[in-house]
Amino acid sequence: MSEVALPREEAHPRRFPVGWMVAALVALAVLLPYAAPGMFGWAKSYPATWIVPISDWLKAFLYWLARDATFGLFTFKDMTRFVSGLFGHALDVPKALLSTGITLGDEDGAFHIPRLSWAGLIAAVTIWSYLLGGARLALLGFVGFGYILVFGQWDSAMVTLSQVIVAVLSGVVGGILIGILAYRVPRIEGAVVAALDFMQTVPTFAYLVPLVFLVGVGPVSGMLATILYAMPPMVRVTLMALKRVPPELDELARMTGCEPRQALWKVLVPSARDDLLVGVNQVIMLTLNMIIIAAMIGAGGLGFDVLNALRQANGLGKGLEAGLAVVALAIVLDRMSRALVEMRPVHGPAAQRRRQLFWLGLVVLIGFTALSFVVPALEKLPNEYRISTGNMWSDVVSWVNINMFATTDAIRTFLLLYLLVPVKTFLIGFPWLGLVAVVGGGAYALGGWRFALGMMALIAFIPVAGLWERGMTTIYLCSISVVIATLIGLPLGLLGSRSERMHAFLGAMCDTLQTLPSFVYLLPVVMLFRIGDVSALVAIVLYAMVPAIRFTDHGLRRVPPSLQEAGTMAGCTGTQRLTKVELPYALPEIMLGVNQVIMMALSMLVVSSFVGTNDLGKQIQVAISQADPGKGLSAGLAIAFLGILADRMIGRFVAARRQRMGL
Amino acid sequence: MRVQSLLKTLAVCGVLGGLPALAPAPARADESKDTIIIALHDWTGQHITSHITGELLKAKGYKVDYVTIDYLTGLTAMENGDITFMSELWATTAGDAMKASDATGKTENLGPLGPAAKEEWWYPLYMKEKCPGLPDWKALLKCGEAFSAPETAPKGRYLGMEATWGGHDPERIEALGLPFVAVDAGTEAAMFAELKSAYERKAPILLWVYSPHWVPSVFEGEWVQFPEYEAACYTDPKWGINPDKAFDCGKPHGEIFKYTSAETKKKWPGAYAVMKKLKVDGPELNLMVKEVDVDGKPLDEVVAAYVTKHKGEY
Repeated sequence: MSEVALPREEAHPRRFPVGWMVAALVALAVLLPYAAPGMFGWAKSYPATWIVPISDWLKAFLYWLARDATFGLFTFKDMTRFVSGLFGHALDVPKALLSTGITLGDEDGAFHIPRLSWAGLIAAVTIWSYLLGGARLALLGFVGFGYILVFGQWDSAMVTLSQVIVAVLSGVVGGILIGILAYRVPRIEGAVVAALDFMQTVPTFAYLVPLVFLVGVGPVSGMLATILYAMPPMVRVTLMALKRVPPELDELARMTGCEPRQALWKVLVPSARDDLLVGVNQVIMLTLNMIIIAAMIGAGGLGFDVLNALRQANGLGKGLEAGLAVVALAIVLDRMSRALVEMRPVHGPAAQRRRQLFWLGLVVLIGFTALSFVVPALEKLPNEYRISTGNMWSDVVSWVNINMFATTDAIRTFLLLYLLVPVKTFLIGFPWLGLVAVVGGGAYALGGWRFALGMMALIAFIPVAGLWERGMTTIYLCSISVVIATLIGLPLGLLGSRSERMHAFLGAMCDTLQTLPSFVYLLPVVMLFRIGDVSALVAIVLYAMVPAIRFTDHGLRRVPPSLQEAGTMAGCTGTQRLTKVELPYALPEIMLGVNQVIMMALSMLVVSSFVGTNDLGKQIQVAISQADPGKGLSAGLAIAFLGILADRMIGRFVAARRQRMGL
Repeated sequence: MRVQSLLKTLAVCGVLGGLPALAPAPARADESKDTIIIALHDWTGQHITSHITGELLKAKGYKVDYVTIDYLTGLTAMENGDITFMSELWATTAGDAMKASDATGKTENLGPLGPAAKEEWWYPLYMKEKCPGLPDWKALLKCGEAFSAPETAPKGRYLGMEATWGGHDPERIEALGLPFVAVDAGTEAAMFAELKSAYERKAPILLWVYSPHWVPSVFEGEWVQFPEYEAACYTDPKWGINPDKAFDCGKPHGEIFKYTSAETKKKWPGAYAVMKKLKVDGPELNLMVKEVDVDGKPLDEVVAAYVTKHKGEY
């Protein structure tokens, strides 16, 4: 710790050597419990009698909320049920359009209005993609939706898509409204930002059980969980976008006699359009990330297919096919919404062509749907036209398993014996007071007393809530994964920044890794590395290295050419220029990437508990199966605190670094 | 579609034994038109029994919908009125949850479904060579090494699902003095992925398997025979081989129960009668599970075949 505390000490040369004192205190807190276990046993392992029953309190509170809370005229439960009823009706519309069609009356042979025809939808998506992004995007749209059709995923994909539509719309509208509110009323801005931090770091799993308590099971609660998870970026983007609108525009609006409401909707929001669309894109991606998790509380659709297939004897291929349908949906929607962001208004004949293409798409869509009154095959593709990879993927994995297991098993044994087990034993045996002191010392060096106190309170939650062993397992698993993910991600990002082809390849790889439900690649990983921490490690690294690649690539590409030339002029070789000029310049950006890696690793915890780790994610998993909302929420809070802790510390580091570079 | 519906109508008429074609209508005259919601959990056998119930009810003219929900969370949802029917609550795993739910009075136990639930430690047949004396549990006392993995050596590794499904395996290991470590598999999918991996390489593995399930029909293996379970074994330390500790016996096996919301009886008397009467034969269910999970037949087909065969009984 002393190295970290040192610079601070130098910054205040006249004062008492506070830095040294802090370093000494930290060292004392860490070493004493080891040196005198008899006297300081309480500082090593947290005494059971000091544990605060936070999860019991949370549980009691939620039970009260779900059963007894009342506003006089109606109960809290009535309110949540009413809200979920509203969402249920909203969902009926896209569901009827895309998935079920409308049948009038209950009797057999009642009049049936078919859903949108697959042929029409594929054609319309292709045409609209062409309108948005040219031939390449059109091809992508065609292949993506075509894949979903011929691999027999259409029915489930449409159930999922209708939920995605409602969730995205609600997320976007809700996000913009909250963002505007926070922009207009600066007093609540701080509260809103804190709430967003929370919503983004508490794992979604943690609020699944409370949601089931309050709104029941089914597509609606799946959707509500999705909205809770996907809305925060929209709020952030709105807030930021409105702040970035030049004040002159606001003044102009007022000078031309706009009322505040007019100024907002006619001037401010339209001029923030581009930024807002970026937020929409984020909401879409996060919504698609939630498909699997939402399926666990009854959302159905593709998520259900993936979960169900993976339980079957040869289900790997089936699960992969459904998982790739999620990827196809995600990539097509992502690219289309991104193209929408980049589209510039045009005039004259070009604008007319755009309008024509739009109407053409619509006409084709309705035309094919109308045709399907006569040709039922246009509503539902007959089974015999579908294809499947069958057992191919299971066979591939079996082959790898039989022929390469010896190698993977050697890697596994090595990792376990020389890295994982020693680190885990060390961390779980670490004195809790020492951990709090280490965090406090580091935070003090980065941001002073107040900051240190806040951070210490966050980390102290883990022992105080009685989550020490699982919490430390979490820290151990996450930190090792983050180190490995960064070590792999940095060189890849570096390569990506050097060559366009590599850049494109890495982009596609990152997209797939982030949108393919991690469940799908978890099973082959388990077959090769067996149940336990190694499998979890591999899964976390695969998922979490994406931001390390992206941010490194992006950061290095942003190094100004003038700086690079200056380096070359000063006589740097290629390597020197990289290590002395470019990497230091891109370091803040890379550190933000590392920050994201940590967030992703934390968000994978629950999934990693599915392959047998005993971390905080496990606590949540147990809570779900025991329907104990308190247990899940307290573990969720602990994970959120860890995330906020890492985020704030890295944020301070980056800010200090930027300041020193004069950015 | 229309032909199928017609067939269903005919079937219903047939059941009612020569009543006029409009017979189903009076049967539901005073019944609620609300949708009956059936819970789906995460194993295939349960999907089959749920869909069988659903199809039988649909044939009687009820509206049926399915929702996916975690096994034990389901009872809570049923108490809240979100779910009408659950086809499988196993005495082996949901005993406590059922007791708690019975106490609320908001749910009703409809009696056993039929198949006998069995769950126990299980090993592939080829392990008999490496650990002679199996299936008797006493053989395991000397076989720790044979079942070991680097992180548990010299003790054996036993894969279970303690955290989510219960089962008292760590206690059992201690009470019986077995040289084993219970490792939590996290999910069934992961656990059977590892079984598949080990089975292909004839590698040692000992794990938790339950039935009805596809595993016993796909992989050759046996359950370990522990001392027979008795209620006293779990509560009374004096019972059994180890006089100081409880849990010195095997796992309970027993019935699988059907549950419905307490309102069902009044709200849909006809549907209630079907749910109450529902019985599925154990071996027949095992076969259906295998058809779906192993042979890859669509679940709907398998269920439809069963319903066509058995609908006369309801």
